[in-house]
Amino acid sequence: MGNVPTSVKHCLSYEQLIQDYPWLGSRLQEEKEMVPTRVKIQLINMLSETGLPVIEATSFVSLKWVPQMADHTEVLQAIHRSSHARYPVLTPNMHGFQDAVAAGATEVAVFGSASETFSQKNIYCSIDASMLRFEEVICTAKQQQIPVRGYVSCALGCPYEGPIEPTKVAEVVKRLYELGCYEVSLGDTIGVGTPGSMAKMLHYVMEEVPSSALAVHCHDTYGQALANILTALQMGICAVDSSVAGLGGCPYAQGSSGNVSTEDVLYMLHGMGIKTGVDLSKVIEAGDFICKALNRKTNSKVAQARSKSS
Amino acid sequence: FSFFNISPVQWLVQVGASAGKALPQRVKIVEVGPRDGLQNEKTLVPTEVKIHLIDMLSEAGLPVIEATSFVSPEWVPQMADQVEVMKGINRRPGVSYPVLTPNLKGFQAAVKAGAAEVAIFGAASELFSKKNINCSVDESLQRFEEVTKAAKEAGVRVRGYVSCVLGCPYEGQVSPDKVAQVAKRLYSMGCYEISLGDTIGVGTPGGMAELLEAVSREVPVDALAVHCHDTYGQALANILIALQMGISVVDSSVAGLGGCPYAQGASGNVATEDVVYMLHGLGIQTGVDLPKLMDAGAFICRSLNRKTSSKVAQATCKL
Repeated sequence: MGNVPTSVKHCLSYEQLIQDYPWLGSRLQEEKEMVPTRVKIQLINMLSETGLPVIEATSFVSLKWVPQMADHTEVLQAIHRSSHARYPVLTPNMHGFQDAVAAGATEVAVFGSASETFSQKNIYCSIDASMLRFEEVICTAKQQQIPVRGYVSCALGCPYEGPIEPTKVAEVVKRLYELGCYEVSLGDTIGVGTPGSMAKMLHYVMEEVPSSALAVHCHDTYGQALANILTALQMGICAVDSSVAGLGGCPYAQGSSGNVSTEDVLYMLHGMGIKTGVDLSKVIEAGDFICKALNRKTNSKVAQARSKSS
Repeated sequence: FSFFNISPVQWLVQVGASAGKALPQRVKIVEVGPRDGLQNEKTLVPTEVKIHLIDMLSEAGLPVIEATSFVSPEWVPQMADQVEVMKGINRRPGVSYPVLTPNLKGFQAAVKAGAAEVAIFGAASELFSKKNINCSVDESLQRFEEVTKAAKEAGVRVRGYVSCVLGCPYEGQVSPDKVAQVAKRLYSMGCYEISLGDTIGVGTPGGMAELLEAVSREVPVDALAVHCHDTYGQALANILIALQMGISVVDSSVAGLGGCPYAQGASGNVATEDVVYMLHGLGIQTGVDLPKLMDAGAFICRSLNRKTSSKVAQATCKL
């Protein structure tokens, strides 16, 4: 199975107060109300204290699309950056990239899709056209020695196209990797994947890109996330995206869950003796904080169980 | 974690690699919603609702549906209508409707009410046994032996459960060897299947694998089932590992009925809908019709006036 990691290299956690995709700015979300900048900053600072090695801080997309991220510069400049962590920011294009760098970003992320229809509906262009856009960003980033992480959405299914061919996913992942992304995160955007489809997709993707450059970004909309992550680990993946308290619902199924909770992922990994360097109880605290601030319940089962144990 | 003397991830990869060839083609789902689920729900459910639920579950293709419990109604008022339920349900040919029987008295009442299969509950933790049924594990096994003897004579099948297999709310860690011993005794006394229950849902895949290794040395893996709780969100991952280790019987509860009595408000049973979704996604047959199952879940949630705990049910109805 190739290189077997002795521990999960890092567990990526990102703050998601609104969905990733710019066009969804006006869409439903339980956390519709604008979250105050100081709350965002405090959350990120608390997450930095947990030992999480990567924390996605904000997004440099147009304020029109994602008003929630209008304070991106303020957030990036105000957070206390731990020497043990990295703080990537989303940059959909050159404009966003330049703003991000001006604000002090030292790592960026670009979002592609394995589904043509999703790409069209989401960022109003084809996959090919989006790759050209990303190429610009990645080339410039390379010159400035700024690492770029790639994301591929709809890796296990698309809300419009339904099932997505694993070969198509592999093609898009390969393109992002060859353009220069140091890592590509495979997103099960609508959470429909199961260990069966996850294993199949990874099999094809890993023929094109080494497992050390891959990550999984599982959504828990159908409760499959941990089983899917386990499958990915078994196939040699050692980077996992998750969201504290499972923040961020699924925009395609109102009221349903989206992101898998960092707490639940950590519980599983630690239970299996896999090292992450993260302090679970501190993540739970951060989760408690943001849930209070947003006036909503946590989506993390671990957090729920811990707070209710007699 | 010193399972194979290799790192946990190496071990995981090994199990995964061999699993591709070893995953069962068919998994039997044991639906515990009407008993285990409802027993742990605060709202008292009218008899006709229980009967209708069981009938809907039968229609959904579930091969085993735990119908009720012949414990004293003083202890479990939710199950006071045990006889009525047994007599009222529409038994589908080929489907089993086991009932819980804590002792000989309960067994006799169950058989009188028409039960063709019964279930007995042991524990792998002494403290849990004492607090739960007021006697030691050994004493409880002696009690169960009376039941299995009588069951043999009456031609009634007996399923054994072991609780606290991956942790106990009082004792904390539980030794896999202790679980194996209890499972072995239940199997030797005549239980055709032993269901291993992660009662407080604290187990993770590593612990599950270690447990199954130990137990399958004493009881054939074909005679084992897993009963995972989702209190810490680990159920599906634990079930997946169990399948990879040769388990092909999984307990679950429609709509994830039945909270965790040890962590109030926290979830308990894993939702059948979510399990079936995963199994079907793996190409494993269950005989279950997921939409019909979801109808049963929707029905009981309406009756209980509670939200479903199944993520599949939550997702699908809103798309």
